[in-house]
Amino acid sequence: MAPNEAPGTVEALLAAKEIVVVCGPGGVGKTTVAAAAAAMAACHQGGKVLVVTVDPARRLGQALGLSQAAGGVERVPAKAFTSAGTVPRGELWAELLDTKKSWDALVARHAPDGATAQRILDNPIYQNISGRFVQSHDYIAVERLYELHSEGSYDLIVVDTPPTRNAIDFLLAPQRMAEFFSSRLLRLLTVPYRMRFADIASKPFYYVADRILGSQFLQDIAEFFILFQTLSEGFVARAKEVERLLADRRTTFIVVSTLETVPVREAEAFMGLLPEKGLHLGGLVLNRVLPAYLLEPGLAERAGRLSTGAGDLANALCTATGPMAGADPALVERVLAEVGTNFNNIGVVAKREASQRSELSRLPSVVASVPELEEDVHDLGGVLELGRHIWSWDKSW
Amino acid sequence: MAELLDHKLLFVTGKGGVGKTTITAGLGLLAASKGKRTLVCELDAKGDLASSFETGPTSFEEREVAPRLWAMSMDTEASLRQYLLLQLRLPRAFRIGPVARMFDFVAQAAPGAREIVTIGKLCWEVRERHYDLVIVDAVASGHMIGQLAAPQAINRLVQVGPVRQQTGWMLEILSNRATTGVLVVATPEEMPVTETIEFVGRLKTETTVGLAGVVVNRVLPELFGTREEQAFEAVCAPGSRELLAEAIGGRAEPLLEAARLMVKMRRSRAAHLERLREAIGARDRVDLLYVPYLFLRSYGLRSTRQVAAALAAELEN
Repeated sequence: MAPNEAPGTVEALLAAKEIVVVCGPGGVGKTTVAAAAAAMAACHQGGKVLVVTVDPARRLGQALGLSQAAGGVERVPAKAFTSAGTVPRGELWAELLDTKKSWDALVARHAPDGATAQRILDNPIYQNISGRFVQSHDYIAVERLYELHSEGSYDLIVVDTPPTRNAIDFLLAPQRMAEFFSSRLLRLLTVPYRMRFADIASKPFYYVADRILGSQFLQDIAEFFILFQTLSEGFVARAKEVERLLADRRTTFIVVSTLETVPVREAEAFMGLLPEKGLHLGGLVLNRVLPAYLLEPGLAERAGRLSTGAGDLANALCTATGPMAGADPALVERVLAEVGTNFNNIGVVAKREASQRSELSRLPSVVASVPELEEDVHDLGGVLELGRHIWSWDKSW
Repeated sequence: MAELLDHKLLFVTGKGGVGKTTITAGLGLLAASKGKRTLVCELDAKGDLASSFETGPTSFEEREVAPRLWAMSMDTEASLRQYLLLQLRLPRAFRIGPVARMFDFVAQAAPGAREIVTIGKLCWEVRERHYDLVIVDAVASGHMIGQLAAPQAINRLVQVGPVRQQTGWMLEILSNRATTGVLVVATPEEMPVTETIEFVGRLKTETTVGLAGVVVNRVLPELFGTREEQAFEAVCAPGSRELLAEAIGGRAEPLLEAARLMVKMRRSRAAHLERLREAIGARDRVDLLYVPYLFLRSYGLRSTRQVAAALAAELEN
């Protein structure tokens, strides 16, 4: 390990790995954390850094120069860094993933010839899969990651994972895709259409399938499968390579979570699953955490005294010579009582978060915390501001 | 807004992480307490609904979790089996395994196949009048349109056969505004608000299902009005702090900082809330229901009860 990189920090991961997959439950700020990690790496570590994102908030997209239509890699202009008051050591590039376009490219690559590719692209079932399907987002994100990595144009790729029903779906996508294409069922289902002479109506399997779905639909499906099977060899081989890349030592996973109960539960399950799948858990970033000063011992008692003694205190403050002399005691009493009540409220959450946090930090080696920021990220300065929180300056520089 | 609970079928959706399950559970508890036989159904089977009621895991077989309140989780294979047995009158001894596996496989490619089995089960519960109200803890808003439009997608792709015939009555139930509605949950933050506004637009143009309402979840309390805020600043001034510290037996700064933090957090959310109000409340004339942020130790039956109470108060307004 390089002498000025502390072990077990986010920046050590960003400095040493080629791929950083940012994942975790929905609604915790994965996209922003991914952008911040990439921007910090480009800014302070140098090299050519790419962030691949799926669904950024409008203003975050603009901050990365992604206001144009999806697809294609674009460089974040140097003047965005200048406006943020910094000169980057490296380059920051960003891509907004276009699921449909990526699928079409994949089909074109693996189809035996142009005519077959076109027939697939025209198939209504294919169009539905590539445009709409949840699972297809999962797979195409890792597939695109693989493609970008094998281009060899970047020192570091940070990928923000798509919103899935379950964070785990994302990991299983390549495996599922490979299974799908090597399935016996795929062959079974297409049998009647490959062997027209077979007396299919007598077979209970087809009888039921036919009754449920209707033969026309079955035929459409079968045509799709037959066409798709021409891609199968390339697809299976590719999905296996994608899977290998995800499990490679050069790839690391950063899990993002807030300290709310439900995301924590999902993040925990996810972190347990990563090693099971042979994937490397790099670290955990906690987003939107409450500040540590709320945990100072004795504060709850002080808040209690403030609430119960608010009336007397208000009178004392308003009669003493000082900044409050002559103020309305009733008004001040309300303010003091509110300050006390608020602390009791927020203190409960801070204590709950602290306990969740100590549970969670037993698992991975790196923990960074990002506080609840006062403003949404709307320019590169905001992205870097968030980035500073996942960077442990004190430890490494 | 009282008519929200007069629906027969409510889909609760929203961006991931906004508290769909908590709202579903709270609404279920409220409906049951008003005397309605209510079924709450979790679609993704993560088990969060069970913890909202502090019960064991839910399954396809509904279980009573409170008086007049039942909970279940969707299982497409079980639903398919029920469908085959009831609708196609297949013999009970029919081996479902191969068909289910085939279905699972086809469903990976066929748009709407999995969705139709889900939607079908829910519509069937409504048609058979097993419950007064079915509340669905549905998929995230990004996937919800596909789910609700499944019957149309099937209609387009499947030209004949019993599945095609089945979609007719489902569409009828889904399209009836008095029967079925979507309840969108948002938090006053940038992405949840943006996604809610987009979703409401797509719901209108891409489906026949109506919008039943929008819940704004985790609304932070407003500590001070303008006059209080001025007084608060004076309390924070150097001369007052010492007096306070003496009276409460220690530094008052963390308490004052905590109040300032809350004011700032609320303020940063106010702009998003305003955007939601303008887009949904004003444009679509849909009422927003506000549920406060709950300062609790954990999420379970206690928070579900509080959500139910908050929704009750909003609906009476």
